[in-house]
Amino acid sequence: MNFNVKRVLAVIRKEFYQIKRDKRTIAIILLMPIMELLLFGYAASTSVDHISTVVFNNDMGRESQELLDGFTNSQYFDIDYIAYSMDDVHHYIDDGYSKAGIVIPPEFSENIKSGKTAQIQLVVDGSDPTSAQTILSSAGGVAQAMSVEIIGDNAIKTMPQPLDLRSRVWYNPDMSSINFNVPGLIGVILQTVTLMLTSFSIVREREKGTMEQLIVTPISKMELMVGKIIPYVIIGFIDIILALALSVFWFKVPVAGSIGLLLFFSVIFLFSALGVGLLISTISKSQLQAMQLSMFMIMPNILLSGYMFPREAMPKVIQTISNIFPLTYFIKVLRGIILKGNGFSSLKNEFIILVIFGIAVLAMATFKFKKKIY
Amino acid sequence: MGYGIEALSLSKSFGDVVAVDGLDVQVKSGTIFGLIGPDGAGKTTTMRMLCSLISPDRGTARVGGNDIIKDSEKIKLDIGYMPQKFSLYGDLTIMENLIFYADIYQVPKKERKEKIDYLLKFSNLEKHSYKLADQLSGGMKQKLALACNLIHTPKYLFLDEPTIGVDPVARRELWKILFELKEEGVTIFVSTPYMDEAERCDEVGLINKGRIFKKDTPDNIIGGFQKNIVSIYSDDNYRLKDFFRSLDYVEDAYLLGEELHLVVDDYKDKEMRIIKDLKENGLQINSMDIIKPSFEDVFVNIVKNQQDR
Repeated sequence: MNFNVKRVLAVIRKEFYQIKRDKRTIAIILLMPIMELLLFGYAASTSVDHISTVVFNNDMGRESQELLDGFTNSQYFDIDYIAYSMDDVHHYIDDGYSKAGIVIPPEFSENIKSGKTAQIQLVVDGSDPTSAQTILSSAGGVAQAMSVEIIGDNAIKTMPQPLDLRSRVWYNPDMSSINFNVPGLIGVILQTVTLMLTSFSIVREREKGTMEQLIVTPISKMELMVGKIIPYVIIGFIDIILALALSVFWFKVPVAGSIGLLLFFSVIFLFSALGVGLLISTISKSQLQAMQLSMFMIMPNILLSGYMFPREAMPKVIQTISNIFPLTYFIKVLRGIILKGNGFSSLKNEFIILVIFGIAVLAMATFKFKKKIY
Repeated sequence: MGYGIEALSLSKSFGDVVAVDGLDVQVKSGTIFGLIGPDGAGKTTTMRMLCSLISPDRGTARVGGNDIIKDSEKIKLDIGYMPQKFSLYGDLTIMENLIFYADIYQVPKKERKEKIDYLLKFSNLEKHSYKLADQLSGGMKQKLALACNLIHTPKYLFLDEPTIGVDPVARRELWKILFELKEEGVTIFVSTPYMDEAERCDEVGLINKGRIFKKDTPDNIIGGFQKNIVSIYSDDNYRLKDFFRSLDYVEDAYLLGEELHLVVDDYKDKEMRIIKDLKENGLQINSMDIIKPSFEDVFVNIVKNQQDR
């Protein structure tokens, strides 16, 4: 098959003229990454802080006040309401004013002073499990800190704890969900934008009839495919820079690894993502069908790639299915570089898989494309 | 003179529909060949097969000595093909479209500027070169499509109903261009539903039901028509048409523009009978005369006979 760079350049130039004159495409290229990043970045945050809390304090001692200060100072709890009975607490939580309630019994201060175990009750609205989980663990943390303080104050060290577990969280020490979400989100955005753009590229020409004129020319399949893909690699590259800039400068996500390596992997990933789009465009009979097919692809990509749910928690079958999405590997790479500061050597496998996948889908798209009108 | 385009029993079906059914045709190099036939006769499918855009089910064809199946990519260097539907990029300007096709056909940089200037002048589009193709009128679109197809100086030009939706002035311009191309030695294969255009071709092939059933020069086709055509002017052509159709010695009666045409085997013999029958039925005409059959008359009769068979 002949391959002439000038012909490829002609197709690339033509695609850019068309993109330039199509406001919808420009909107997808520029606005979609920004909107998705802002939307998912804010709305899909699983970090819970400043929880509206109701307090029913039966104890008027200094110690209970210190405990409540501890809760407030943790930033996780905002004491917005003071209750005067258990019914009050119910009312605030039932009606959704508060998500958590702290109940301190009358003998709290007395117990601490006399060295007995002091109890407090935490009431949590469990209708949203994610926030409930966070509230429970945050409250546990506050109580733990308070206990250590009391023990230290009383200087009772006669009973060493049999097991002393000290956890440390690596890579994302604040366990901030935004730091975790954004890298995956960049992958999802790149996948969505490129798939939407390329899935139309061939079938649009068929539907408009321009393909009929194009295929009576001596252009080869390879030249056409490469010419169709390069503009979108460039656009995808612009999008990833846009998304990265927004993550770093707006969401303040620290990038632990090399940005250069990240961009390198993005280009590798783009070829596979675009290849899938091109394949869809080649086998679709109409633009509508291409749209449906790409939507059909985007959903499992978002759900199964590990962006939303940890792949470890998925059933084996689903995990296996998720192995065929290039996005799964790219998200691993993104998180590895951004959160862990992985170098190339830790990501070799992903590199190889993405390259093979890219070549395979592009070859398939080229093979499936026929220089005929039916 | 050799044959530039040759097809041997080309056939193509789409599902149950037979579009082209054992079509044979030979076109001499450097001539204009017209493919004439009603809608659905198989004109577009034939042309697409000759341009290697569709593979035939059976049969074979050669364009410039290259086989349409085996040498399909070679053929594409030599041909220009103008589809029936406007198929250039509407969101590109005239100039951008021309440059795009010049790049695709790899017209050398040196010749390119000259060629584009020449084509713009030739097609009268110089003043519009900055306009988007979608903004052009039907006639201008067709001229642009032709210009893009001439950028690589093809030896064979296929035009699928190029003058549909084009005003008479632009139609004449387009044909002027085709004659000039013929002078330059280009073989032109054109389909048209317009009979006046058919008469301008060197040879025509009459196609019906996917088969060329008559192929000759327009003059021979007209000359070979043995019957007489009678042209009648009247105030109520529709009523008269029905009346003449009921007479057994009138083979056919149909309207062509303002005129009512009758087909009879021998006008001299039937003239008095027609006058007598008109009088008996109290019908009035303004004039009646034998005329030289036009291509359209012949075509209508031949197609009708074909369908009757």
